[in-house]
Amino acid sequence: MSEELFERLTKAIIDGKDKDAVSFSREAIEKGLTARSVLENGLLPGIRKVGELFSAGEYYLPELLISGMTMQAAVAELEPLLNSGGSQFRTGKYLIGTVKGDIHDIGKNIVMMMLKGNGWEVTDLGVDVAPEKICTSIAEGDYDVFGMSALLTVTLPAADETVKAISKAGLRDKIKIMVGGAPVTQDFADKIGADGYAKDAFEAVNKAFSLIGKTR
Amino acid sequence: MIIIGEKINSSRKLIAQAIAAGDRAYIQNEAKAQSDAGADYIDVNAAAFLEKEAECLRWIIEAVQEVTDLPLCIDSPDPAVIKKVIPLTKKPPMINSITLEPSRLETILPLVLDYNATVIGLCQTKGKMGKTVNEKVEIAGRLVERITSSGIRIDSLYIDPLVFPVGTDTNSVSATLDSIEIIMKQFNGVHTICGLTNVSHGLPERKLINRTLLAEAIARGLDAAILDPTDKQLVGVMRAALMLMGKDEYCVEYIKAFRKGLLA
Repeated sequence: MSEELFERLTKAIIDGKDKDAVSFSREAIEKGLTARSVLENGLLPGIRKVGELFSAGEYYLPELLISGMTMQAAVAELEPLLNSGGSQFRTGKYLIGTVKGDIHDIGKNIVMMMLKGNGWEVTDLGVDVAPEKICTSIAEGDYDVFGMSALLTVTLPAADETVKAISKAGLRDKIKIMVGGAPVTQDFADKIGADGYAKDAFEAVNKAFSLIGKTR
Repeated sequence: MIIIGEKINSSRKLIAQAIAAGDRAYIQNEAKAQSDAGADYIDVNAAAFLEKEAECLRWIIEAVQEVTDLPLCIDSPDPAVIKKVIPLTKKPPMINSITLEPSRLETILPLVLDYNATVIGLCQTKGKMGKTVNEKVEIAGRLVERITSSGIRIDSLYIDPLVFPVGTDTNSVSATLDSIEIIMKQFNGVHTICGLTNVSHGLPERKLINRTLLAEAIARGLDAAILDPTDKQLVGVMRAALMLMGKDEYCVEYIKAFRKGLLA
Protein backbone atom coordinates (compact mmCIF):
# COMPACT_ATOMS: atom_id res chain seq x y z
CA MET A 1 0.00 0.00 0.00
CA SER A 2 2.77 2.42 0.86
CA GLU A 3 4.46 1.49 -2.44
CA GLU A 4 1.59 3.01 -4.38
CA LEU A 5 1.79 6.18 -2.31
CA PHE A 6 5.54 6.45 -2.79
CA GLU A 7 5.03 6.12 -6.51
CA ARG A 8 2.49 8.93 -6.49
CA LEU A 9 4.93 11.12 -4.52
CA THR A 10 7.75 10.36 -6.92
CA LYS A 11 5.54 11.20 -9.86
CA ALA A 12 4.41 14.46 -8.25
CA ILE A 13 8.06 15.55 -8.01
CA ILE A 14 8.84 14.47 -11.57
CA ASP A 15 5.77 16.27 -12.89
CA GLY A 16 6.37 19.31 -10.69
CA LYS A 17 2.95 19.21 -9.01
CA ASP A 18 3.54 20.99 -5.73
CA LYS A 19 0.00 20.67 -4.34
CA ASP A 20 0.05 16.91 -4.97
CA ALA A 21 3.48 16.55 -3.43
CA VAL A 22 2.35 18.34 -0.27
CA SER A 23 -0.99 16.55 0.05
CA PHE A 24 0.47 13.11 -0.67
CA SER A 25 3.15 13.77 1.94
CA ARG A 26 0.47 14.66 4.46
CA GLU A 27 -1.53 11.56 3.50
CA ALA A 28 1.54 9.39 4.05
CA ILE A 29 2.15 10.83 7.50
CA GLU A 30 -1.51 10.33 8.42
CA LYS A 31 -1.22 6.71 7.38
CA GLY A 32 1.58 6.29 9.87
CA LEU A 33 4.64 6.42 7.60
CA THR A 34 7.65 8.27 8.98
CA ALA A 35 8.74 11.56 7.47
CA ARG A 36 12.15 10.12 6.71
CA SER A 37 10.58 7.23 4.82
CA VAL A 38 8.42 9.64 2.81
CA LEU A 39 11.49 11.65 1.93
CA GLU A 40 13.74 8.73 1.09
CA ASN A 41 11.26 6.49 -0.70
CA GLY A 42 8.93 9.04 -2.23
CA LEU A 43 10.51 12.43 -2.80
CA LEU A 44 14.21 11.83 -3.34
CA PRO A 45 13.75 9.16 -6.06
CA GLY A 46 11.64 11.77 -7.87
CA ILE A 47 14.22 14.53 -7.80
CA ARG A 48 16.93 12.01 -8.73
CA LYS A 49 14.92 11.02 -11.78
CA VAL A 50 14.45 14.69 -12.70
CA GLY A 51 18.21 15.12 -12.51
CA GLU A 52 18.75 12.14 -14.79
CA LEU A 53 16.25 13.50 -17.30
CA PHE A 54 17.93 16.91 -17.16
CA SER A 55 21.40 15.45 -17.61
CA ALA A 56 20.15 13.42 -20.56
CA GLY A 57 18.80 16.58 -22.19
CA GLU A 58 15.21 15.37 -21.96
CA TYR A 59 14.21 17.85 -19.28
CA TYR A 60 14.84 21.57 -19.73
CA LEU A 61 15.88 24.14 -17.17
CA PRO A 62 12.37 25.41 -16.30
CA GLU A 63 11.27 21.82 -15.63
CA LEU A 64 14.21 21.34 -13.28
CA LEU A 65 13.15 24.53 -11.50
CA ILE A 66 9.52 23.46 -11.16
CA SER A 67 10.51 20.08 -9.72
CA GLY A 68 13.00 21.79 -7.42
CA MET A 69 10.30 24.09 -6.08
CA THR A 70 7.93 21.13 -5.69
CA MET A 71 10.60 19.34 -3.71
CA GLN A 72 11.07 22.39 -1.50
CA ALA A 73 7.35 22.61 -0.79
CA ALA A 74 7.15 18.94 0.19
CA VAL A 75 10.29 19.11 2.32
CA ALA A 76 8.88 22.18 4.12
CA GLU A 77 5.79 20.13 4.93
CA LEU A 78 7.86 17.29 6.39
CA GLU A 79 10.52 19.39 8.03
CA PRO A 80 9.03 19.76 11.52
CA LEU A 81 8.69 15.97 11.70
CA LEU A 82 12.10 15.30 10.22
CA ASN A 83 13.80 17.44 12.79
CA SER A 84 11.89 16.11 15.80
CA GLY A 85 12.94 13.25 18.05
CA GLY A 86 16.58 14.23 18.17
CA SER A 87 17.34 13.33 14.56
CA GLN A 88 18.50 16.24 12.44
CA PHE A 89 17.36 16.15 8.87
CA ARG A 90 19.80 18.83 7.71
CA THR A 91 22.17 17.28 5.25
CA GLY A 92 24.81 19.93 5.68
CA LYS A 93 25.45 23.64 5.72
CA TYR A 94 26.30 25.37 2.50
CA LEU A 95 27.75 28.83 2.01
CA ILE A 96 27.24 30.31 -1.43
CA GLY A 97 28.09 33.48 -3.34
CA THR A 98 29.10 35.02 -6.67
CA VAL A 99 32.74 36.12 -6.80
CA LYS A 100 34.03 39.66 -6.54
CA GLY A 101 33.43 41.79 -9.61
CA ASP A 102 30.64 39.55 -10.88
CA ILE A 103 26.98 40.39 -10.32
CA HIS A 104 25.28 37.40 -11.97
CA ASP A 105 22.88 35.68 -9.62
CA ILE A 106 20.61 33.43 -11.68
CA GLY A 107 22.85 30.35 -11.70
CA LYS A 108 23.71 30.75 -8.05
CA ASN A 109 20.03 31.00 -7.13
CA ILE A 110 19.16 27.83 -9.04
CA VAL A 111 21.91 25.90 -7.25
CA MET A 112 20.61 27.28 -3.96
CA MET A 113 17.12 26.09 -4.67
CA MET A 114 18.25 22.60 -5.61
CA LEU A 115 20.37 22.36 -2.46
CA LYS A 116 17.49 23.44 -0.25
CA GLY A 117 15.21 20.91 -1.91
CA ASN A 118 17.73 18.26 -0.94
CA GLY A 119 17.85 19.24 2.69
CA TRP A 120 20.80 21.59 2.78
CA GLU A 121 20.80 24.70 4.91
CA VAL A 122 22.05 27.42 2.60
CA THR A 123 23.48 30.83 3.47
CA ASP A 124 23.63 33.24 0.56
CA LEU A 125 26.30 35.95 0.55
CA GLY A 126 24.86 37.45 -2.63
CA VAL A 127 26.86 38.75 -5.59
CA ASP A 128 30.16 40.61 -5.96
CA VAL A 129 31.42 39.10 -2.72
CA ALA A 130 34.92 40.06 -1.61
CA PRO A 131 37.25 37.22 -0.54
CA GLU A 132 37.61 38.83 2.90
CA LYS A 133 33.88 38.60 3.48
CA ILE A 134 33.90 34.95 2.47
CA CYS A 135 36.77 34.23 4.86
CA THR A 136 34.95 35.93 7.72
CA SER A 137 31.82 33.87 7.07
CA ILE A 138 33.78 30.63 6.95
CA ALA A 139 35.66 31.51 10.14
CA GLU A 140 32.53 32.44 12.04
CA GLY A 141 30.18 29.76 10.75
CA ASP A 142 30.23 25.98 10.71
CA TYR A 143 29.70 25.41 7.00
CA ASP A 144 30.54 22.14 5.30
CA VAL A 145 30.85 23.46 1.78
CA PHE A 146 31.43 26.83 0.15
CA GLY A 147 30.27 27.20 -3.45
CA MET A 148 31.19 30.13 -5.64
CA SER A 149 29.87 31.19 -8.99
CA ALA A 150 31.84 33.03 -11.69
CA LEU A 151 29.94 33.79 -14.89
CA LEU A 152 32.50 35.76 -16.86
CA THR A 153 35.91 34.89 -18.21
CA VAL A 154 37.19 38.08 -16.62
CA THR A 155 35.94 37.15 -13.17
CA LEU A 156 37.58 33.72 -13.17
CA PRO A 157 40.72 35.18 -11.56
CA ALA A 158 38.52 36.30 -8.65
CA ALA A 159 37.67 32.63 -7.99
CA ASP A 160 41.38 31.88 -7.84
CA GLU A 161 41.95 34.81 -5.47
CA THR A 162 39.13 33.60 -3.25
CA VAL A 163 40.66 30.14 -2.81
CA LYS A 164 44.05 31.74 -2.08
CA ALA A 165 42.48 34.08 0.49
CA ILE A 166 40.78 31.14 2.23
CA SER A 167 44.10 29.28 2.39
CA LYS A 168 45.97 32.34 3.58
CA ALA A 169 43.45 32.86 6.36
CA GLY A 170 44.23 29.31 7.55
CA LEU A 171 40.68 28.15 6.79
CA ARG A 172 41.32 25.78 3.91
CA ASP A 173 40.98 22.63 6.01
CA LYS A 174 37.76 23.86 7.55
CA ILE A 175 35.69 23.75 4.39
CA LYS A 176 35.21 22.08 1.02
CA ILE A 177 35.21 24.48 -1.93
CA MET A 178 33.16 24.17 -5.11
CA VAL A 179 33.18 26.38 -8.17
CA GLY A 180 30.81 26.72 -11.11
CA GLY A 181 29.64 29.07 -13.86
CA ALA A 182 29.59 29.23 -17.64
CA PRO A 183 33.36 29.67 -18.28
CA VAL A 184 34.43 27.29 -15.48
CA THR A 185 35.83 23.86 -16.32
CA GLN A 186 37.07 20.90 -14.28
CA ASP A 187 40.58 21.89 -15.32
CA PHE A 188 40.12 25.37 -13.94
CA ALA A 189 38.71 24.02 -10.68
CA ASP A 190 41.73 21.71 -10.34
CA LYS A 191 44.14 24.49 -11.17
CA ILE A 192 42.87 26.85 -8.49
CA GLY A 193 42.72 24.03 -5.95
CA ALA A 194 38.97 23.77 -5.51
CA ASP A 195 37.55 20.46 -4.27
CA GLY A 196 34.79 20.25 -6.80
CA TYR A 197 33.28 21.52 -10.03
CA ALA A 198 29.78 21.00 -11.37
CA LYS A 199 28.51 21.87 -14.81
CA ASP A 200 24.93 22.43 -13.73
CA ALA A 201 22.70 22.75 -10.67
CA PHE A 202 21.90 19.07 -10.49
CA GLU A 203 25.52 17.99 -10.60
CA ALA A 204 26.28 20.65 -8.01
CA VAL A 205 23.98 18.91 -5.55
CA ASN A 206 25.56 15.50 -6.24
CA LYS A 207 29.01 16.99 -5.83
CA ALA A 208 28.08 18.69 -2.56
CA PHE A 209 26.83 15.39 -1.18
CA SER A 210 29.93 13.52 -2.26
CA LEU A 211 32.20 16.17 -0.75
CA ILE A 212 30.74 15.55 2.69
CA GLY A 213 30.80 11.80 2.18
CA LYS A 214 27.08 11.27 1.74
CA THR A 215 24.88 10.15 -1.10
CA ARG A 216 21.61 11.85 -1.83
CA MET B 1 18.50 49.26 -37.80
CA ILE B 2 22.11 49.14 -36.73
CA ILE B 3 23.55 45.62 -36.83
CA ILE B 4 26.64 44.71 -34.86
CA GLY B 5 28.13 41.45 -36.13
CA GLU B 6 28.84 39.40 -33.02
CA LYS B 7 30.90 36.53 -34.35
CA ILE B 8 34.48 37.58 -33.60
CA ASN B 9 34.22 36.90 -29.89
CA SER B 10 36.81 34.99 -27.91
CA SER B 11 34.14 33.24 -25.86
CA ARG B 12 33.42 31.21 -29.01
CA LYS B 13 35.68 28.19 -29.19
CA LEU B 14 36.63 28.43 -32.86
CA ILE B 15 37.45 32.12 -32.59
CA ALA B 16 39.55 31.54 -29.47
CA GLN B 17 41.44 28.80 -31.34
CA ALA B 18 42.00 31.05 -34.34
CA ILE B 19 43.32 33.84 -32.12
CA ALA B 20 45.58 31.46 -30.20
CA ALA B 21 46.92 30.00 -33.47
CA GLY B 22 47.32 33.40 -35.12
CA ASP B 23 45.02 32.24 -37.90
CA ARG B 24 44.54 35.59 -39.62
CA ALA B 25 42.56 34.18 -42.55
CA TYR B 26 39.94 32.65 -40.25
CA ILE B 27 39.31 35.94 -38.47
CA GLN B 28 39.27 37.81 -41.78
CA ASN B 29 36.74 35.38 -43.26
CA GLU B 30 34.45 35.91 -40.28
CA ALA B 31 34.74 39.67 -40.75
CA LYS B 32 34.15 39.48 -44.47
CA ALA B 33 31.13 37.19 -44.17
CA GLN B 34 29.47 39.50 -41.67
CA SER B 35 30.26 42.54 -43.73
CA ASP B 36 28.79 40.90 -46.85
CA ALA B 37 25.67 39.96 -44.88
CA GLY B 38 24.97 43.58 -44.05
CA ALA B 39 26.60 44.28 -40.68
CA ASP B 40 27.11 47.94 -39.75
CA TYR B 41 29.80 47.28 -37.16
CA ILE B 42 32.08 44.30 -36.54
CA ASP B 43 32.36 43.42 -32.87
CA VAL B 44 35.86 42.44 -31.77
CA ASN B 45 36.44 40.70 -28.45
CA ALA B 46 39.49 39.01 -26.96
CA ALA B 47 38.44 39.08 -23.30
CA ALA B 48 39.04 35.36 -22.84
CA PHE B 49 42.77 35.97 -23.21
CA LEU B 50 42.87 37.92 -19.94
CA GLU B 51 46.34 39.47 -19.52
CA LYS B 52 47.05 39.06 -23.24
CA GLU B 53 43.76 40.70 -24.17
CA ALA B 54 45.15 44.01 -25.46
CA GLU B 55 47.77 42.27 -27.57
CA CYS B 56 45.22 39.87 -29.10
CA LEU B 57 42.71 42.62 -29.70
CA ARG B 58 45.32 44.71 -31.51
CA TRP B 59 46.06 41.77 -33.80
CA ILE B 60 42.34 41.21 -34.48
CA ILE B 61 41.69 44.88 -35.21
CA GLU B 62 44.50 45.01 -37.73
CA ALA B 63 43.39 41.79 -39.39
CA VAL B 64 39.75 42.85 -39.63
CA GLN B 65 40.52 46.32 -40.98
CA GLU B 66 42.53 44.77 -43.80
CA VAL B 67 39.39 43.17 -45.25
CA THR B 68 36.57 45.54 -44.41
CA ASP B 69 35.93 49.27 -44.22
CA LEU B 70 33.24 48.81 -41.58
CA PRO B 71 33.73 50.48 -38.22
CA LEU B 72 34.50 48.22 -35.27
CA CYS B 73 32.71 47.63 -32.03
CA ILE B 74 35.44 47.34 -29.41
CA ASP B 75 34.22 44.86 -26.86
CA SER B 76 36.17 44.63 -23.63
CA PRO B 77 35.40 44.46 -19.93
CA ASP B 78 38.61 46.39 -19.26
CA PRO B 79 38.54 50.17 -19.95
CA ALA B 80 42.35 50.24 -20.01
CA VAL B 81 42.36 47.76 -22.90
CA ILE B 82 39.84 49.85 -24.82
CA LYS B 83 42.02 52.91 -24.30
CA LYS B 84 45.06 51.01 -25.55
CA VAL B 85 43.57 49.73 -28.79
CA ILE B 86 41.19 52.49 -29.81
CA PRO B 87 43.93 54.54 -31.59
CA LEU B 88 44.19 51.66 -34.09
CA THR B 89 40.67 52.11 -35.41
CA LYS B 90 40.33 53.70 -38.84
CA LYS B 91 36.69 54.69 -38.47
CA PRO B 92 34.85 56.09 -35.43
CA PRO B 93 34.19 52.91 -33.45
CA MET B 94 31.46 51.79 -31.09
CA ILE B 95 32.58 51.04 -27.53
CA ASN B 96 31.09 47.99 -25.83
CA SER B 97 30.40 49.00 -23.10
CA ILE B 98 29.83 51.32 -20.17
CA THR B 99 27.71 50.96 -17.05
CA LEU B 100 27.08 53.57 -14.37
CA GLU B 101 30.23 52.33 -12.65
CA PRO B 102 32.39 55.48 -12.20
CA SER B 103 35.73 53.86 -13.06
CA ARG B 104 34.44 52.79 -16.49
CA LEU B 105 32.81 56.15 -17.18
CA GLU B 106 35.92 58.12 -16.27
CA THR B 107 38.09 56.26 -18.77
CA ILE B 108 35.61 55.69 -21.54
CA LEU B 109 33.62 58.92 -21.88
CA PRO B 110 36.71 60.96 -22.87
CA LEU B 111 37.47 58.29 -25.50
CA VAL B 112 33.96 58.61 -26.91
CA LEU B 113 34.58 62.34 -27.34
CA ASP B 114 38.12 62.05 -28.69
CA TYR B 115 37.31 59.37 -31.25
CA ASN B 116 33.81 60.59 -32.11
CA ALA B 117 32.69 57.12 -31.04
CA THR B 118 29.33 55.67 -30.16
CA VAL B 119 28.90 53.71 -26.95
CA ILE B 120 26.74 50.94 -25.53
CA GLY B 121 25.41 51.65 -22.04
CA LEU B 122 24.24 48.66 -20.03
CA CYS B 123 21.36 49.10 -17.58
CA GLN B 124 23.66 48.16 -14.77
CA THR B 125 25.17 49.97 -11.80
CA LYS B 126 28.02 48.86 -9.60
CA GLY B 127 26.86 45.64 -8.02
CA LYS B 128 23.41 45.50 -9.59
CA MET B 129 21.75 44.75 -12.90
CA GLY B 130 18.49 46.41 -13.77
CA LYS B 131 15.83 43.71 -13.55
CA THR B 132 12.47 45.45 -13.25
CA VAL B 133 11.13 47.98 -15.74
CA ASN B 134 11.58 50.76 -13.17
CA GLU B 135 15.18 49.84 -12.46
CA LYS B 136 16.03 49.63 -16.15
CA VAL B 137 14.41 52.93 -17.06
CA GLU B 138 15.89 54.70 -14.03
CA ILE B 139 19.42 53.55 -14.92
CA ALA B 140 18.83 54.46 -18.57
CA GLY B 141 17.91 57.98 -17.48
CA ARG B 142 21.10 58.31 -15.48
CA LEU B 143 23.15 57.04 -18.43
CA VAL B 144 21.54 59.63 -20.71
CA GLU B 145 22.27 62.33 -18.12
CA ARG B 146 25.94 61.28 -17.77
CA ILE B 147 26.45 61.11 -21.52
CA THR B 148 24.81 64.40 -22.43
CA SER B 149 26.36 66.34 -19.54
CA SER B 150 29.77 65.17 -20.79
CA GLY B 151 29.10 66.86 -24.10
CA ILE B 152 28.32 63.67 -26.00
CA ARG B 153 25.27 63.68 -28.26
CA ILE B 154 22.38 61.51 -27.08
CA ASP B 155 22.32 59.65 -30.40
CA SER B 156 25.81 58.33 -29.69
CA LEU B 157 24.34 56.28 -26.83
CA TYR B 158 22.97 52.78 -27.32
CA ILE B 159 21.14 51.63 -24.21
CA ASP B 160 21.10 47.89 -23.54
CA PRO B 161 18.18 47.15 -21.17
CA LEU B 162 19.61 43.64 -20.54
CA VAL B 163 17.97 40.38 -21.47
CA PHE B 164 17.78 37.52 -18.96
CA PRO B 165 16.89 33.87 -19.59
CA VAL B 166 13.13 33.47 -19.91
CA GLY B 167 13.55 29.91 -18.63
CA THR B 168 14.54 31.09 -15.17
CA ASP B 169 12.16 34.02 -14.89
CA THR B 170 9.13 34.00 -17.13
CA ASN B 171 8.46 37.73 -16.66
CA SER B 172 11.97 39.04 -17.17
CA VAL B 173 11.71 39.48 -20.91
CA SER B 174 8.48 41.43 -20.80
CA ALA B 175 10.31 43.84 -18.45
CA THR B 176 13.01 44.21 -21.10
CA LEU B 177 10.48 44.81 -23.85
CA ASP B 178 8.49 47.33 -21.79
CA SER B 179 11.64 49.23 -20.96
CA ILE B 180 12.68 49.41 -24.63
CA GLU B 181 9.40 51.09 -25.41
CA ILE B 182 9.60 53.52 -22.49
CA ILE B 183 13.27 54.40 -23.10
CA MET B 184 12.67 55.09 -26.80
CA LYS B 185 9.73 57.37 -25.97
CA GLN B 186 11.22 59.10 -22.95
CA PHE B 187 14.71 59.89 -24.26
CA ASN B 188 14.34 61.30 -27.72
CA GLY B 189 17.25 60.40 -30.00
CA VAL B 190 18.72 57.61 -27.91
CA HIS B 191 19.15 54.13 -29.37
CA THR B 192 18.30 50.80 -27.77
CA ILE B 193 20.27 47.65 -28.40
CA CYS B 194 20.26 44.13 -27.09
CA GLY B 195 21.88 40.75 -27.43
CA LEU B 196 19.61 37.84 -28.27
CA THR B 197 21.24 34.63 -27.14
CA ASN B 198 20.87 34.98 -23.36
CA VAL B 199 17.09 34.75 -23.55
CA SER B 200 16.97 31.10 -24.61
CA HIS B 201 19.38 29.62 -22.07
CA GLY B 202 18.24 26.18 -20.90
CA LEU B 203 15.50 25.77 -23.52
CA PRO B 204 15.16 23.75 -26.73
CA GLU B 205 15.15 25.34 -30.23
CA ARG B 206 17.09 28.33 -28.96
CA LYS B 207 17.28 30.15 -32.28
CA LEU B 208 13.51 30.17 -32.60
CA ILE B 209 13.29 31.99 -29.27
CA ASN B 210 16.12 34.38 -30.17
CA ARG B 211 14.56 35.52 -33.42
CA THR B 212 11.12 35.85 -31.90
CA LEU B 213 12.63 38.12 -29.25
CA LEU B 214 14.16 40.21 -32.03
CA ALA B 215 10.79 40.61 -33.74
CA GLU B 216 9.07 41.58 -30.48
CA ALA B 217 11.83 44.02 -29.55
CA ILE B 218 11.68 45.65 -32.99
CA ALA B 219 7.94 46.01 -32.52
CA ARG B 220 8.65 47.97 -29.34
CA GLY B 221 11.20 50.26 -30.96
CA LEU B 222 14.55 48.49 -30.73
CA ASP B 223 16.82 50.02 -33.36
CA ALA B 224 20.10 48.14 -32.94
CA ALA B 225 21.08 44.55 -32.22
CA ILE B 226 24.16 42.47 -31.60
CA LEU B 227 23.63 39.35 -33.66
CA ASP B 228 24.96 36.94 -36.26
CA PRO B 229 24.15 38.65 -39.57
CA THR B 230 24.96 35.47 -41.50
CA ASP B 231 22.02 33.68 -39.87
CA LYS B 232 19.48 33.97 -42.69
CA GLN B 233 16.45 32.97 -40.64
CA LEU B 234 17.31 35.58 -38.05
CA VAL B 235 17.95 38.30 -40.62
CA GLY B 236 14.76 37.29 -42.42
CA VAL B 237 12.71 37.85 -39.27
CA MET B 238 14.52 41.13 -38.65
CA ARG B 239 13.88 42.48 -42.17
CA ALA B 240 10.23 41.40 -42.09
CA ALA B 241 9.68 42.87 -38.61
CA LEU B 242 11.21 46.21 -39.61
CA MET B 243 9.08 46.29 -42.72
CA LEU B 244 5.90 45.52 -40.79
CA MET B 245 6.73 48.27 -38.29
CA GLY B 246 6.83 50.80 -41.10
CA LYS B 247 10.58 51.19 -40.91
CA ASP B 248 11.35 50.06 -44.43
CA GLU B 249 9.98 52.56 -46.90
CA TYR B 250 8.43 50.88 -49.94
CA CYS B 251 9.80 47.61 -48.52
CA VAL B 252 13.01 48.30 -50.38
CA GLU B 253 15.40 46.82 -47.83
CA TYR B 254 13.38 43.64 -47.50
CA ILE B 255 13.29 43.10 -51.24
CA LYS B 256 16.97 43.93 -51.59
CA ALA B 257 17.92 41.45 -48.85
CA PHE B 258 15.79 38.81 -50.59
CA ARG B 259 17.49 39.38 -53.97
CA LYS B 260 20.86 39.07 -52.31
CA GLY B 261 19.79 35.71 -50.90
CA LEU B 262 20.05 36.94 -47.33
CA LEU B 263 16.60 35.85 -46.18
CA ALA B 264 15.30 32.46 -45.16
